[in-house]
Amino acid sequence: MHTYRKIVLPAMGVLAVLAFQTFSPAPTQAAPADDPPRSIAPYFTLANSSPKVPDADGFLQRWLLLEPINKPNRTNTVFTDTYVRAAMNTEYFPNQFTVVPRNGDKVKVGDQELAWHALDSANFNVKLFRLAHGLNKTTYGVLFWAVTVVDSPREIKNARMAVGSNSASMWWLNGKEAVSLFGDRRMVMDDCVSKRLTLNKGRNVIRGAVINGPGLSDFCVRFVDENGGPIKDLTTKFEN
Amino acid sequence: MRSHFLAAAVLLTAAGSALLLFAQSRPAPALAGEPYIHDPSTIMFSDGKYFTFGTGSGGLMSEDGWTWHSGAVRPGGGLAPDAIKIGDRYYIAYASKGGGMSGGHAGAINTMWSKSLDPKSPDFGFHDDSVVASTDGVEDCDAIDPSFLLDPNDGKLWLTYGTYFGFIRLVELDPKTGKRVAGNQAINIGIDMEATVMMYREGWYYLLGTHGTCCDGANSTYNIRVSRSRKVTGPFVDNVGIQALKGGGKLVVGASGRFVGVGHFGLMDLGDGVQKFSCHYEADLDRSGRSVLDIRPLLWNNGWPVAGDNLPEGTYEIQSERSGFALELGVDFVRMDRGGRGGGRGAPAGPVTPVPAQELAQVAKDWPAGNLEIRIGDFLSRPHQKWTVTPVASAGGYPGSPYFKITIAGTERALAATADAEVVAVPTFTGAPEQLWRIDQLTDGTYRIMPKAAPDARQPLALVAVGHSTPTLAKFDPKSDLGRWNFRQP
Repeated sequence: MHTYRKIVLPAMGVLAVLAFQTFSPAPTQAAPADDPPRSIAPYFTLANSSPKVPDADGFLQRWLLLEPINKPNRTNTVFTDTYVRAAMNTEYFPNQFTVVPRNGDKVKVGDQELAWHALDSANFNVKLFRLAHGLNKTTYGVLFWAVTVVDSPREIKNARMAVGSNSASMWWLNGKEAVSLFGDRRMVMDDCVSKRLTLNKGRNVIRGAVINGPGLSDFCVRFVDENGGPIKDLTTKFEN
Repeated sequence: MRSHFLAAAVLLTAAGSALLLFAQSRPAPALAGEPYIHDPSTIMFSDGKYFTFGTGSGGLMSEDGWTWHSGAVRPGGGLAPDAIKIGDRYYIAYASKGGGMSGGHAGAINTMWSKSLDPKSPDFGFHDDSVVASTDGVEDCDAIDPSFLLDPNDGKLWLTYGTYFGFIRLVELDPKTGKRVAGNQAINIGIDMEATVMMYREGWYYLLGTHGTCCDGANSTYNIRVSRSRKVTGPFVDNVGIQALKGGGKLVVGASGRFVGVGHFGLMDLGDGVQKFSCHYEADLDRSGRSVLDIRPLLWNNGWPVAGDNLPEGTYEIQSERSGFALELGVDFVRMDRGGRGGGRGAPAGPVTPVPAQELAQVAKDWPAGNLEIRIGDFLSRPHQKWTVTPVASAGGYPGSPYFKITIAGTERALAATADAEVVAVPTFTGAPEQLWRIDQLTDGTYRIMPKAAPDARQPLALVAVGHSTPTLAKFDPKSDLGRWNFRQP
């Protein structure tokens, strides 16, 4: 996957620029005058400096979330394997596949300036639509990027990354593609599950991208052990 | 009803008959090899082989449970034996007289034991062949067709016997010797059946027996029926409240397709939720109408046993019991016309016309070469979701079925196990063990799918829906739906 990305990315980057020029990005959806003030509460709280453990079912709730990249799609029926791979392997901002950002870091994508937010989800799933809506950002026709870091007290072999997302998404563990969800998907816990993989003792970087057209974007991610049980002795603590 | 003598005679001629197979489609073939037998005993596993004994001397043996040959050895002759393993002994019961032998119904059941059923084993050799139950030819019972039950609740050993000549009876044997418990009196538990057998499941004792006409080839009406009781001694009652003592019995299995006259139930509990049963068909119409052994899945429906079917070759949707989605190739979804404006809503503007199905040639040309991922997705009857299941000749099998190859219909892209215990579709079927699949119907009617071998696997593996949309190979858990699959007509 790395090889494919390195070879294809320059060309895909050009295509992406052309795409943005050809299709008008959806405008930022400013709140109507009579709309109450928007907020990402109660769906998110700002991540604090304390280590965060997964919830009782092992779902990772602390994430660095990038405000949505405009990726206009009027329908989710286009999310074939080929389309999603191309969309996800396009480099939209520098160090997209390696960066572990800090809260408030900003990136430039086309004419968009987008910020990273270090957040704790109040739910097992991460409600990306509510993030975009609460921040008065584009909610439909979007591509979200998410990053988190988990520290494991031990090496865990034969683990699996289990993901559900609305809509399609791709996920990487420590730089290697782990699991991908193609097609017009609704979010189902443990919808797609990676092959057996190893969680390193210490730091592990999880990176994902979720694409949606007219949908209520969200995702849920957890790790399960070789018996299918949730792995819960992980911690996440972002650097300030 | 006719005597078992005729059955024995039929067997003798069957052994020399040519195998004649017809081309008609049918559910699934009976066992391979030369499975000619009448009144087969419960199948035993001894010294790495399967054994069953029939009326007359001898019986059948098999290396894998699929291909059967003569070669089993049982002294004593007589009728309709049964077998059970207790400790390190295989006990055999058989009727040494009665059932019309010598022209009467003065029957006798003998038991004997051996530590091996393999004639080549140094432990092979039967001992203590003696009578444990008998009838005088006048009373309303003919002591033939014995069958054992080792009660899992208290370890008591029971023996049923009888035929159409009056009562079916139950006596208690000593599990340490196979002989009659001193002073034990026979109990009448049913009437007018042959080949009765008992089994226990979840608080119920089941009495199965064969009804109908025996030993008339393609005209035999043999069929297996069941009643049940909370106590081993009865009363046994069928699904509509009729006691076995009054002739009741719910149908377990009757004739179907090319198989006529089903009799002599024998339970094979293979563990992990897989139960099968042995039986004979009075006539396999694809084998000169001879009596043959078969092994079929045993299903349970509302507390009653019913016969399942070994999976016939064909093209199927392979549906996950976990998600209801279908096993598919990991390729780009190719859309069909959505039905005009409105996405197909409302009456058509013109004449009603059929929409042609998406054809393999329309999509397969764009499928990548090489191995393809396997996943589970919404079933839309598309080419990448239709699997052809085909028996593989000379690849061996397992109790009841041969190994299968599972390929995308119209292609050679074959389901295969990988060294990391995952599944892929390889471009071409080679016959390698990781491309051969064992498909067992489970007691709830779903199926378990297992590779014959997975590279480097340290234990048997099964196809499992580890995610809603993700398959893998893992140890089968009979308590879970993750490893259960349905084969549906696409």
